[in-house]
Amino acid sequence: MLEIKNLHAELEEDSEVRILHGVNLHVKAGEVHAIMGPNGSGKSTLGYVLSGRDGYEVTEGSATLEGADLLEMEPEERAAAGLFLAFQYPVEIPGVGNMTFMRTAVNAQRKARGQEELSAGDFLKLVRAKAKDLKIEPEMLKRPVNVGFSGGEKKRNEILQMALLEPKMCVLDETDSGLDVDAMKLVSDGVNALRDAGRAFLVITHYQRLLNHIKPDVVHIMSEGRIIRTGGPELALEVEEQGYSHILEAV
Amino acid sequence: MVFPRQKLLAQKREAAEARLAPLTLPQGGKWITAAREDARARLAATGLPVKRDEYWKYTDPASLTAAQAPEAALYEADRDAMAFADTERLKIVFVDGVFDPAASDELALDGVEIALLSDAAQADLHWARDLYGALEADGQTPVERPLAAFNTAHAAEGVLIRATGKAARPISLVYRRRDAGADVLLHHVLKLEPGAELTVLEDGPAAARFNQVMEADIADGATLHHIRVQGRDHERRTVAHLFARLGAESVFKSFTLTANGAMVRNEAVIRLNGKGGVAHIAGTTVGDGAFHHDDTVFITHAAPGCESRQVFKKVLRHGAVGVFQGKILVEQPAQLTDGYQISQALLLDENAQFLAKPELEIYADDVKCSHGSTSGEIDPVSLFYLRARGIPEAEAKLLLVLAFLAEALDEIEDPDLAEELRGRIENWLRRHTD
Ligand SMILES: Nc1ncnc2c1ncn2[C@@H]1O[C@H](COP(=O)(O)OP(=O)(O)OP(=O)(O)O)[C@@H](O)[C@H]1O
Ligand SMILES: [Mg+2]
Repeated sequence: MLEIKNLHAELEEDSEVRILHGVNLHVKAGEVHAIMGPNGSGKSTLGYVLSGRDGYEVTEGSATLEGADLLEMEPEERAAAGLFLAFQYPVEIPGVGNMTFMRTAVNAQRKARGQEELSAGDFLKLVRAKAKDLKIEPEMLKRPVNVGFSGGEKKRNEILQMALLEPKMCVLDETDSGLDVDAMKLVSDGVNALRDAGRAFLVITHYQRLLNHIKPDVVHIMSEGRIIRTGGPELALEVEEQGYSHILEAV
Repeated sequence: MVFPRQKLLAQKREAAEARLAPLTLPQGGKWITAAREDARARLAATGLPVKRDEYWKYTDPASLTAAQAPEAALYEADRDAMAFADTERLKIVFVDGVFDPAASDELALDGVEIALLSDAAQADLHWARDLYGALEADGQTPVERPLAAFNTAHAAEGVLIRATGKAARPISLVYRRRDAGADVLLHHVLKLEPGAELTVLEDGPAAARFNQVMEADIADGATLHHIRVQGRDHERRTVAHLFARLGAESVFKSFTLTANGAMVRNEAVIRLNGKGGVAHIAGTTVGDGAFHHDDTVFITHAAPGCESRQVFKKVLRHGAVGVFQGKILVEQPAQLTDGYQISQALLLDENAQFLAKPELEIYADDVKCSHGSTSGEIDPVSLFYLRARGIPEAEAKLLLVLAFLAEALDEIEDPDLAEELRGRIENWLRRHTD
């Protein structure tokens, strides 16, 4: 599904700031991978570079989604190709209604894939059902995108978008941070409901707790812009118990 | 010794003299001739504005004051339909400033008296006699507005409307063009008696050069809604003055959409004279290329407990220039004033320019006034967020531009009219993408 080879990236405006130093990662369809790692190790940057945010320069390496070169595409083309990034810090957009935003996004992707657009009525039914699963109040759909949402509400709104867009490759950047215990369960259920053989997840997190709900197949540790260790779910437990220092020392 | 101030005044008076010399006053009866002569005398005293005038610092008045109106190409009419087509309304149509009876509805409406200035000028319409030029003259202090005085002196046509009750339909003033060089003056007078309610719509490019004055006297408890669409023809020039005087508990809401136009100066001079009056003046402007748009607003709170809002948003690109001069003056008796003013520009490229001069002058001690002015570009983080969800760049920008304009469009109370104007802006934005 997602293949990242020797990916190097630096800041566009300051090539002295090199953030990714050769990331290698292969996520197969149907799998869930977790990435853990100290603050500032480049996890979010990886998500941004994959989804095409301005400001980063890829100097080496490649990233493909089902064989298609992601790095050549515009952000919207990557989304239409099936990539989804749940933001660590979802963006507030005053003046754009949450509902308008989501309908425009769903229909833009359908259009890009040659599918018929959803009518306003059909979309409303769809969004109401998905919102209910995530316990998102209908009133939140009427508000501007993320404006006035609590931290946890913003994260649930990200998962709602994911559920509506049904992407193939989902990158979740600290979707668990800011969630209370019940919300964590809701969000995990939302993710697990989407797990299937044709879809894959890359879950960035600091806490083992999320991984109790969303059981990963593979766990990676990222440090200073590289994957320095890869293992099974037990690696997350090791981090939880002992921190990063012994893992970093071992390399 | 000649002081610079005196030199400036001499220059302005010379300009006025030269402009007025070849012009004779329009035909009319005694009362209107008196009003016109008075305005002409006032203009001779103040002179015409010149570039060095402080009040014209950001907008060069030359093409508005010149003896000859610069030509403006006629836009193909079918490319952008006139506004308000779906609104039940009473239409009054002017073609190059000349009343077109065939295209207009009968000038009759329950609760409203309507007369043409050209007819009333021959008769004695006492309420019009008392009002014509009166609010304009009052509006000359503390800042002079010579082009409005020029209009009072030389406008030969316009509409006089007196509402005594709730008007059954909006009155829609439609300005069409036929002549590429027409230089048009129109002077409208609106009088709303206590408790009356009226909506006035205006639409159309009007003329190659259009000088308009609208005087609105809004009595206690009356409500006037005003929605104006200035659009289409790129080379047209407009200077419009809106003078309003509000009585106690009265409401005046005015919204202007301006698209295109080589030179547009819209002045609004509002005086809140009675307790609890409400005045909202708002506008959105979209300009691309050779476009200069100036909103100059002066709101005086002369009575306690009044509310005023100024909400102006401009979207500018390819060298378009936006100007905002907005003032709230709170006089000493106007305690518990609630004044709000915001002017913002969204610059779609680095060539566009926004010049703003927000001002507050307050002589009462218990007031709530705020003002803000910003100019910026489309927020790249928001843009990326939308694109990351699959929304193509152009569509994402459109959403963000409309979001930027939303606060101003929200000032339109009628949801159908708000939606129509929103749609017009959206169409314009879709035509003007890279
Ligand atoms: N736009 C930027 N300008 C300056 N520095 C940046 C920028 N983007 C990323 N960096 C730097 O790159 C490094 C990696 O940042 P990144 O956000 O990817 O870390 P992270 O692993 O997601 O951290 P966290 O766990 O705290 O979320 C940090 O040192 C950060 O300061
Ligand atoms: Mg991060």
